[in-house]
Amino acid sequence: MAEIFVLSEHRQGQIREITFEMLTKGRGLAEKTDTDLTAILLGKEVRKQAKTLSKYVDTVLLVQDAKLENFNSEPYKEVLSNLISEHKPLLTMIGHTSFGVDLAPSLAAALKLPLATDCINLRFEDETLVITRQMYGGKVNVEATVHKAESYIVTVRQAAFTAQKPAMNGEIIEKPCSLTGEITRKRFIEYAMPPSGEVDITAADVLICIGRGIKDESNMPTVKELATSLGGVLGCSRPIVDKGWLPNDRQVGSSGKTVKPKLYIALGISGAFQHVLGMKNSDLIIAVNKDPNAPIFNFSDYGVVEDLFKIVPPLKSKIYELKGQKA
Amino acid sequence: MDVIVCVKHVPETAEAEIKIDSTGKAIEKIGLVFDINEWDDYALEEAVRIKEKSGGSVIAVTVGSEDADSTLRKCLARGADKAIRLTDAKFEGCDGYATAKILQSAIKHLPFDLILTGALASDDGSTMVGPILAELLGIPYATMVKKIALSDGAARVNRELEGGLEEIVEVKLPAVLSVQTGINESRYVSILGIRKAMKKEIKILGLAETGLSENDVGEAGSWIKIEKMFVPPVEKQAEFIKGTPEEVAARIAEIIKSRGLI
Repeated sequence: MAEIFVLSEHRQGQIREITFEMLTKGRGLAEKTDTDLTAILLGKEVRKQAKTLSKYVDTVLLVQDAKLENFNSEPYKEVLSNLISEHKPLLTMIGHTSFGVDLAPSLAAALKLPLATDCINLRFEDETLVITRQMYGGKVNVEATVHKAESYIVTVRQAAFTAQKPAMNGEIIEKPCSLTGEITRKRFIEYAMPPSGEVDITAADVLICIGRGIKDESNMPTVKELATSLGGVLGCSRPIVDKGWLPNDRQVGSSGKTVKPKLYIALGISGAFQHVLGMKNSDLIIAVNKDPNAPIFNFSDYGVVEDLFKIVPPLKSKIYELKGQKA
Repeated sequence: MDVIVCVKHVPETAEAEIKIDSTGKAIEKIGLVFDINEWDDYALEEAVRIKEKSGGSVIAVTVGSEDADSTLRKCLARGADKAIRLTDAKFEGCDGYATAKILQSAIKHLPFDLILTGALASDDGSTMVGPILAELLGIPYATMVKKIALSDGAARVNRELEGGLEEIVEVKLPAVLSVQTGINESRYVSILGIRKAMKKEIKILGLAETGLSENDVGEAGSWIKIEKMFVPPVEKQAEFIKGTPEEVAARIAEIIKSRGLI
């Protein structure tokens, strides 16, 4: 029977959430295309993870080897290429994560199979794969068809699908590892966690977050004062850390921190999904942006279409007024 | 160390209001400012720094129309020695895969120890050109690179993972590294640099020179074909607060107070 492959992503002994999100979407696609759902698990001594995955799929294909302990695109590509060539799955789903973007493109090119990256939705129309993805930092969506092939590869955006509870009891099939020789071109050395600073933005009740719209470092005091007036702390989106205006432990988003404050004020942040992923569950979200079509407004409770520098000073005054203090 | 840097000329859309054009498959480009893709800008800076430290050369390569010359001139002004523009009407509609094939056709004839690309382009965000280019050239690669330390015959790089975590991997040279933003701080272009850049030649190559066929490039040689473009559906539409800045500020302050946060 034809299959849909989902590559399990795990790190430091933990199966990552994206895996369960893909398994949920994969289950739906398998039902519609009358195919089996297969989880691919590559690792070292990961039988316990295989057990967990078996509850979501028809089959778990397990390959264990010391060379597969930490993610490395070289051995992963080799083992996965062999599995795909052998099974010819209708579709292989890989997370659009740091791990997935390091693997999927070269895997697809090596197998000469078409790849669509960062998919937020996918479906089969007859035998054509139709995907939805975003462009221009999430300002538009596109629907695209994938070049016809017997087997497709996609990377799936994090949080595009909601993981559901397990409802299966699949079989675990262990396959011998096809790796021959040492992995020499690319070697995993170690994980590194940058040292954390004084402020923990995940613990703040009030977070004032700034983005590209802040324009210049000389504007930082203005927004800092607003944060102070609310007893909050300053966080930011990626461009601010890239410019070195705030340390990287202040970054909200997929490559930074996930936060859930009582109040989140987004100033000059357009709302690319990488950022939204880290803040969309905040209790109250207020966004100020000049662009009326900025994606951030689709995730906010309140929006203001205005230059942030026109709003911040009177807002600060109002807050002090309500507190009965002078600014 | 000879470094090749792959760059893309893209519209700046991070802060611009964008509209879908009459084809329903692309955005309206009129009125938008085009510049070097932000990620490629960091790749360019990294390439120039490597040259300054260890000698060698920097060649900037792009696939694009004549308009991309302004991006190539910027590369030359910032320290690239040569520039190559791959241009052909048949290249229209290329996705990341077709673009990588075109780049490879030109790069395979050049001397290099290292190829740098941006981790992604701000227009299509496909994140595939760097690693596919590496696969086609038969050399190793790393993506999402935040730090590069070069030693004899190898590059030790920090890759950005999720949640602030990084991993350190070592790749043998020659290799392709796709860099993430924030890897360095780009320099201002000097007037002298701009003057010098104007004198440097931009080499232009078309389909015939690449050795590729029509079926390798454009829509025919791509994996992805855009069928329609649309405004993303709204998950939770914000209630817009209107009025003068003072009125807006007063309303926001009220909302915050009503939640007991003042």
